[in-house]
Amino acid sequence: MALIGRALLIMALGTAGFGIGASIHGARTGRREWVDAGRRSVYALAALATIAFAVLEDAFWRNDFSFNVVANHSSTTTPAFYKLAAAWSSQEGSLLLWVFLLSLWSSLILFLVRKRAWEITPYATAVLLGFAAFFTSLAAFWANPFTTSANPPAEGAGLDPLLLHPTMMIHPPMLYSGYTLLTIPFAFAVGALITGRLGAEWISLTRRFALAAWLFLGIGILLGALWSYTELGWGGYWAWDPVENAALMPWLLITAFIHSIMIQEKRGMLKVWNVSLVLGAGTLSILGTFLVRSGILDSIHAFGASTLGVPFVILLAVMVMGSIGLIVWRREQLRSDARLESLLSREAVFLFQNLVLVGMVFVIFWVTFFPLISEALTGTKVSVGPPAFQPFIVPLALILVLLSGIGPIIAWRRVTVANLRRNFALPVTAGLVTLFVLLFWPGGPSSRPFALIMFALAGFVLTSVVQELWRGVAARRAMTHDPVPLALVQLIRRNRRRYGGYTVHAGLAVLLVGVAASSSFQHSDDVILSPGQKAHVDGYTIRYVRPVETVSSQKIGFGAVLDVTKGGKHVTTVTTVRNFYPSQNPADGLIGKFFDTSNADSEVGLDQNLRRNIWTVINAQPTPLAPLINKGNSVFAAYAPQVMTKAAKLPPGQAQSAMNGLWAERDLAVTEIARRFVTHPWPTEFLLIVAPLVSWIWLGALIMGVGGLIALWPVPSFARRRERVASPARPTAPPPVPVREPV
Amino acid sequence: MHVVEYLVIFAILLAVVAFVSAPVRRALAGRSDDAGADQAHAGSLAELEAAREAKYRELRDADLDHRTGKLSDADYDELDRTLRGEAIAIMHDIDRATIDEQ
Repeated sequence: MALIGRALLIMALGTAGFGIGASIHGARTGRREWVDAGRRSVYALAALATIAFAVLEDAFWRNDFSFNVVANHSSTTTPAFYKLAAAWSSQEGSLLLWVFLLSLWSSLILFLVRKRAWEITPYATAVLLGFAAFFTSLAAFWANPFTTSANPPAEGAGLDPLLLHPTMMIHPPMLYSGYTLLTIPFAFAVGALITGRLGAEWISLTRRFALAAWLFLGIGILLGALWSYTELGWGGYWAWDPVENAALMPWLLITAFIHSIMIQEKRGMLKVWNVSLVLGAGTLSILGTFLVRSGILDSIHAFGASTLGVPFVILLAVMVMGSIGLIVWRREQLRSDARLESLLSREAVFLFQNLVLVGMVFVIFWVTFFPLISEALTGTKVSVGPPAFQPFIVPLALILVLLSGIGPIIAWRRVTVANLRRNFALPVTAGLVTLFVLLFWPGGPSSRPFALIMFALAGFVLTSVVQELWRGVAARRAMTHDPVPLALVQLIRRNRRRYGGYTVHAGLAVLLVGVAASSSFQHSDDVILSPGQKAHVDGYTIRYVRPVETVSSQKIGFGAVLDVTKGGKHVTTVTTVRNFYPSQNPADGLIGKFFDTSNADSEVGLDQNLRRNIWTVINAQPTPLAPLINKGNSVFAAYAPQVMTKAAKLPPGQAQSAMNGLWAERDLAVTEIARRFVTHPWPTEFLLIVAPLVSWIWLGALIMGVGGLIALWPVPSFARRRERVASPARPTAPPPVPVREPV
Repeated sequence: MHVVEYLVIFAILLAVVAFVSAPVRRALAGRSDDAGADQAHAGSLAELEAAREAKYRELRDADLDHRTGKLSDADYDELDRTLRGEAIAIMHDIDRATIDEQ
């Protein structure tokens, strides 16, 4: 099967190459047959990538350790779900996943526009196939997932324990879907620039794909944060890690793009800005992929050092120089058709919001790459952490929340002062009431001004969104007399972009309240406890009740049952475990390999509700067991060769039985040593955290996702809706400009 | 075993070549139904139709802004008149483009 896989990659590369040539030839000569052949190349590429990916998944499923990638990233004891997902835990498999997803999304857009945009589409097809050719050639020649070994091992190395987490298995496909979807607006923007068709068409073709990229990338980022919070054992959800930042930057740019294209659609303004945003987001998506794969910046999410850096740098250089060149070439056609009429208008708010988002991207980019910049200039790689981001990002986030509250309650083009007063009165009052209540709240957040301002602004945003929904419902009911729930559903259904967007704003406010509260008012303590001892964190008493241990063929776990009380009342009981996975290093010894501290992960003991999270993790170390482990290693180092020598002289059935006896004795020894964590417990380190409103982060993200789905859901075009009710229009008939109808 | 794999690879290759080259082969055989279509014209029409959709959306947005109290009556009347004028101009452009195409 590996041969078929390798052949599929070569065929995919050839198909992409042919498709690029056919699309460009078709576009330049106006011959549809070549354009169609180019589009079919994308479909064929999708089929080839799908088969290739199925071949790889099949190898993982069958534990075919002749595939090097399977031997290095899976084992017979890897659970079935993780076996299928292990394909993308490797550099090689994830490159194939990139090609697979890119070809699927490219096929979808090209199928949807197959009878439209005949000028732009061939160039967009060539660009999409260019990306596909790049990643396919990496998979075929640099990191081939179908390389095999003539002498496959009997057992694989297994999946990295940190990846044995449900979110981590969904996180990469979501993130890669976001990245690959970002290439679609990029490709159509390039097509629009080459052909000079820079009006509303390329935007209407790609808006939904930009939204889908925003949604998928957002889900990917969120799942990464959830994994970090529940798996990595440091108690946080966002570390400003280079790879996290690499996903956040294009997400912020595409957020700006989704807003600013509305200004271009309505006013014909910001054309240069919009193509720059979409080209920038596409380039940053490749930059993010480069960061994960090159190993140039240290990150827990990266694949480590590799030789893929140079091809990526070349691709990024082509994208940046090409984008700048195209924009300069088309600068005359990119001039705005209109000017900003008033600073008191929704387009002005969108413009400010765009500047804030781009400002955030600049800050994140600069600080993320500062270690490389400092190394290039001074020869010393300076480390930067979260404190370097916060002084800039926190004020920008506050402005962003403020603008997300103003946007929904201000009209396009211009507003009068009387309307402004009417629309702002309630939200501003709500924000001020929130501010004053919290300011004078006993033990409240007055000591943390940024958090306080964030809470007040969230009050403003949520009230403005609720007010908008209520007024919309009232306007609809005035015409239709529908009951309130029906009027609300119909209002949202008929204005999905608007109310989907408002829902996202509400979710953002909720999410950032969670971030502000949990980061400003978190209490944590790093303690060493023996069974029966207690620690006090933020009014909670946490008692180490008893140690627990688990031994299986996959891991050894040292855990603790913790009892949490407050004011003498029982609150919750949580269990946290430190798991050690067998190492593959023979130097660790036959017993020591099961107590490998470098191959460990944490199970967090977590009790969460909407008000607060109690987060605990044990950092148990097998150090006190070292004498026993060393003794066991010595005994088995002497005993095992004797058994193996004897077994070699026995018939196969008896030899297997002798070896099984040896492994059973070893397992018994490991179990007895591990049991000492319970029978002779030693003082163990714990990290205990009590943080308010962490769940609001996940809740806010969920609300944002729902809003994104509402905005993404397709609606029939106004023209088609009208055609259904109107008689067939003659070319000279009066144009059917919409009559007023229920909102 | 390898023979079967080579056969599978050959079959996939044939299928891909046949599928991808079908439009070109059809054109060479003189059976292309839309070769030589006026793409530039279709592009202009598509641009205008996208502009019309955006203008309709803007009209509806202005209407909703008015009904939810974000636009005064006077501002709304003026804006609505302007937008309808712009929409009618786009419709006339579409009509002209359609007649030219025919």
